[in-house]
Amino acid sequence: MSELNELYQDTILDHNKNPRNFRDIDDADKSADGKNPLCGDALRVYVKMENDVVSDVAFKGSGCAISKASASMMTQAVKGKNREQAQLLFDEFHKMVTGELDIESDDNSLGKLRVFAGVLEFPARVKCASLSWHTLNAALHDEGEISTE
Amino acid sequence: MTWDVEKVRKDFPVLHREVNGKPLVYLDNGASSQVPQIVIDRMSAYAADEHSNIHRGVHYLSQHATTAYEAAREKVKRFINAPDVKECIFVRGTTEGINLVAQSYGKKFIGEGDEILVSAMEHHSNIVPWQIVAEEHGAKVIMTPMNERGELIIEEYERLLNERTKMVAVTHVSNSLGTVNPVKEMIATAHKYGVPVLVDAAQSVPHFAVDVQDLDADFFVFSGHKMFGPTGSGVVYGKRKWLDQVPPYQTGGGMIRSVTFEKTTYAPIPEKFEAGTPAIAAGIGLGAAIDYLNSIDFDAAFAHEHDLLEYATARLADIPGVTIIGTAAEKASVLSFTIEGVHPHDIGTILDQQGIAVRAGHHCAQPVMDFFCVPATARASFAFYNTRDEVDKLADAVQKVIEVFA
Repeated sequence: MSELNELYQDTILDHNKNPRNFRDIDDADKSADGKNPLCGDALRVYVKMENDVVSDVAFKGSGCAISKASASMMTQAVKGKNREQAQLLFDEFHKMVTGELDIESDDNSLGKLRVFAGVLEFPARVKCASLSWHTLNAALHDEGEISTE
Repeated sequence: MTWDVEKVRKDFPVLHREVNGKPLVYLDNGASSQVPQIVIDRMSAYAADEHSNIHRGVHYLSQHATTAYEAAREKVKRFINAPDVKECIFVRGTTEGINLVAQSYGKKFIGEGDEILVSAMEHHSNIVPWQIVAEEHGAKVIMTPMNERGELIIEEYERLLNERTKMVAVTHVSNSLGTVNPVKEMIATAHKYGVPVLVDAAQSVPHFAVDVQDLDADFFVFSGHKMFGPTGSGVVYGKRKWLDQVPPYQTGGGMIRSVTFEKTTYAPIPEKFEAGTPAIAAGIGLGAAIDYLNSIDFDAAFAHEHDLLEYATARLADIPGVTIIGTAAEKASVLSFTIEGVHPHDIGTILDQQGIAVRAGHHCAQPVMDFFCVPATARASFAFYNTRDEVDKLADAVQKVIEVFA
């Protein structure tokens, strides 16, 4: 069960149970819908910008523990960041869960998000972890809707 | 009659491996069943010693391969009690088979304003091909509804049949709920209106004996890989009166009588529907799977599966937070369930870490998920080689899931 513990860490279980920033933002500047048609996960990410800074970010939707916790922690991580910083986090997160970035040896600014490194051992679940990030990316690029398959 | 499950398990090599350091508990038979040694041996013997193209050469190997392939077709005929071996068309699987029927039958018989009755519990592969046909010919797909136990509402079905109905498409056994539908009665009712019926038998042929003449099915479609045969094998049984009238599905080599640039005439059935080189090894493997099924006591096997289903249903229903989805009076050994507050994919991952293979998702039956207001379910589907001990492991693992998420 050691690998399992790596995936379902307390932090992830906590964010699944009590997702942060789990709400609508009525006057959001940007939003996007993310769907994984294979598993039915669906969420919407809302972003409020102040100049170049993400002043508020939230999400709504349904999905597995991994996708929900990932969305929750993403909102915490990008709030207050400017576009460039948010983009960097997205890139690093994506590289971490696909094995292109080693959190121990490669420089990164992932911080608490490192908890998702364990997803790498569960190829079927990588898309669960990255769905919210792809959705945020779509919102920031005004793409409206993304689908991961 | 007792069922010697340990003896049967010896026939399936994969059941003896480990997954994630635990003995494999394979409960995903509804997605694909495992393959017995006799099928593996038959297919490797074909590859090693008999491979050639069929219906082509005058040389020894080609004739030998043709004989073996046609012998498999004969086994299929006996397995489903088809009146004529020529009514058994080899396809890649149920999906291709339903597409074949929908396209060919639709071209000839479905027109503007016609209706196709499709049940609420169909797999996407028995919905989408009919939607396409309906769109192409200006027809409508009408849903036959079900109740909250996951049983079709037969009175509604009878009410929906009318002179515009041109086809009824219904699954024999629901892949997501396990419901066994009363297809024999439904076919008799449809025939009163002169409407043919396509039965999706992908989930029934692995579990109980079928007889297409007794059912009076017009089309009866199934896959080899869910009945202990290889992927890439499958069958469309169709009544000759339909198959002779409708145009071919795919065209090319092997399905023609004569070709000139002015006009082509088609070969008689079944070749008319078998363009190109088929999956010869898969077809022969399917024949071997039928040999295997003929060698076991099918009734005892089904009784064993039923015992597993009842035992598993009781064990899981006993766990607080677990909800069984699909509680029809007549069920085959498919057990869909949800755990309160836990997404099915998380269930699937945690079970997998304990060597237990289940399906987690919408089971290609999104309308069924919508009906029960769940995004997905976890599904354990049993075969005759599963054991009560494996059910216990499943129940323990479900308990573990609840602990992790408590």
